[in-house]
Amino acid sequence: MPRAVFPNRILPYALLAPQVAITLVFFYWPASQALYQSTLRQDPFGLKTRFVGLENFEAVLSDPSYLNAIETTLIFSLATAALAMALALLFASAAEKVIAGKGLYRTLMIWPYAVAPAVAGLLWLFMFNPTMGTFAYILRRSGIPWDPLLDGNQAMLLVIFAAAWKQISYNFLFFVAAMQSIPRSLIEAAAIDGARSTKRFWTIVFPLIAPTTFFLLVVNTVYAFFDTFGIIDAVTAGGPAKATETLVYKVYNDGFVNLDLGGSAAQSVILMAIVIALTAIQFRYVERKVHYG
Amino acid sequence: MAGIELKDVRKVYAGGVEAVKGVSLDVQDGHFVVLVGPSGCGKSTLLRMVAGLESITSGTIAIGGRTVNELEPAERDIAMVFQNYALYPHMTVRRNLEYGLRNRRIPSDEITRRVNEAAAILEIAPLLDRKPGQLSGGQRQRVAMGRAIVREPAAFLFDEPLSNLDAKLRVQMRAEIRSLQRRLGTTSLYVTHDQLEAMTLADQLVVLSAGHIEQAGSPMEIYERPATLFVATFIGSPAMNLLPIEPETASQLAGSSAVRDSLSVGTTIGIRPEHMRLVGDEGIQDDEIAADLVVTGVELVGAESYVYGVFGAQKAEIAVRVPGYRHFDGGTPIRAAAGATSLHRFDSKTGLRLDSPV
Repeated sequence: MPRAVFPNRILPYALLAPQVAITLVFFYWPASQALYQSTLRQDPFGLKTRFVGLENFEAVLSDPSYLNAIETTLIFSLATAALAMALALLFASAAEKVIAGKGLYRTLMIWPYAVAPAVAGLLWLFMFNPTMGTFAYILRRSGIPWDPLLDGNQAMLLVIFAAAWKQISYNFLFFVAAMQSIPRSLIEAAAIDGARSTKRFWTIVFPLIAPTTFFLLVVNTVYAFFDTFGIIDAVTAGGPAKATETLVYKVYNDGFVNLDLGGSAAQSVILMAIVIALTAIQFRYVERKVHYG
Repeated sequence: MAGIELKDVRKVYAGGVEAVKGVSLDVQDGHFVVLVGPSGCGKSTLLRMVAGLESITSGTIAIGGRTVNELEPAERDIAMVFQNYALYPHMTVRRNLEYGLRNRRIPSDEITRRVNEAAAILEIAPLLDRKPGQLSGGQRQRVAMGRAIVREPAAFLFDEPLSNLDAKLRVQMRAEIRSLQRRLGTTSLYVTHDQLEAMTLADQLVVLSAGHIEQAGSPMEIYERPATLFVATFIGSPAMNLLPIEPETASQLAGSSAVRDSLSVGTTIGIRPEHMRLVGDEGIQDDEIAADLVVTGVELVGAESYVYGVFGAQKAEIAVRVPGYRHFDGGTPIRAAAGATSLHRFDSKTGLRLDSPV
């Protein structure tokens, strides 16, 4: 990278300051607060606070409902990220083949991204609500005993689809851009080289969009871990019987509903460690297989 | 090995633009045919139609006697070299060469043999384990050629393969492509906008303009007997001098009266710069005509110079080739002469060559 030369010593720091300030205020400060709070225990009325060391972590990690939340999160995140990315990839490669109305198709594909998570959740809730949902009616008519309010697996399916649906637009946008940056002549050369459409996709297109896919893998993992709170809260509120209670939902529930602030803080510290570890693993092992043009 | 036959091939795009207006062309087995023309003349479209990358609106294309209109590019038994080389950036050079063969399920020992052979011919063996991003422009060009060779196709198609190279490399690769094609004897169709490249490579030259063939023939035929005004000015550099004959033109010229009397109004005469000479003390020969010019500039090319001037009231621009270096100030009056046998005559309206004897 070329070395930038600045006219004085203060300017480079001044240019970095806004970004640093935002990170400090919105990440390091709350993160350190959480870290501090995770070593405290408060009475339910917030009158007395005492230092308990790692006791909160001990309590959290030996809590069977916490271990259940880890399992739920893994299933939910894996399924959501995989579904959101696979469908977005499918739609993006289909967008390449659209001849008339390409712009309209793309615009319609991007719209769901503009919908707020809670609203997206409500949409799915209404569509699949066992008493008034249109799709729930159709499902039951075709012989499927659909009741996500009682069946934990069905509830899980519903939040996975709702969360993936919300993220498909974002992934779609990136996949379309990545595919457009592949020179047409490469695809043509592969066609002359005897590769049919499916083979071309897996041997030429897919490897060339790998940097984008990797980026989306990281972003989608973080999305599924953190940003899906609104959808889960609106659709199932973690139920039935904690079947859809993910780690981030449990942080909220224990901290702000059950008012166990110390325990909740300990959970968010663990959650942060998990996501940092996941991202590090992705960079360490997956990125190696990525070819940057 | 196979010839390529085009019969009344047309291409009309969705918007109604007619890019190729009925082209018929017979490329014989083993010949090197160059399609040349200015940008937008439809030469690339034509090549892409042969490759199967563009649909054919009407007419037929046959490769090796087999009509290929409805066949996929892969089934046409052709290999193409692209302007930007189109190498797969995530594969090593070896994998790039192997790709087309693996897709065709050729046995792996045969693949290895062909790749090594092509690498030896093109002298790219040391590069086989590199990726295209680590190669220079000339090396990429060779790899692109290699990818075409290993396939052992019925025909090579080249789409301006040298236009991304610098001038020196371009000349070198031009010679290499020519000798390679001679050695392999594979039918080749080559598209370029560079008339010099076209002249030096072609067995047969096809000059295209606005979607139709202006003239097809050997490079010398085309150079010596251009069929139209367009060909006359497009092939040769500097371009052929053109002088539209107007009622008073003949009287402004000097020299042979027999030749001057043969210049009829409504025609255009053409003379190549190298067929003209500056008139000195020795005067004008019997079979020459001469024109008085006012110098506008001199261009030194090295072994020779081109003197540019304007003629008469019609301000026709004339270039004259002179050996060595001659200097003239702008505005200097000079006299240039040309032999009657080196005159080309064209109908000014239709642009067609007139072959009436002088």
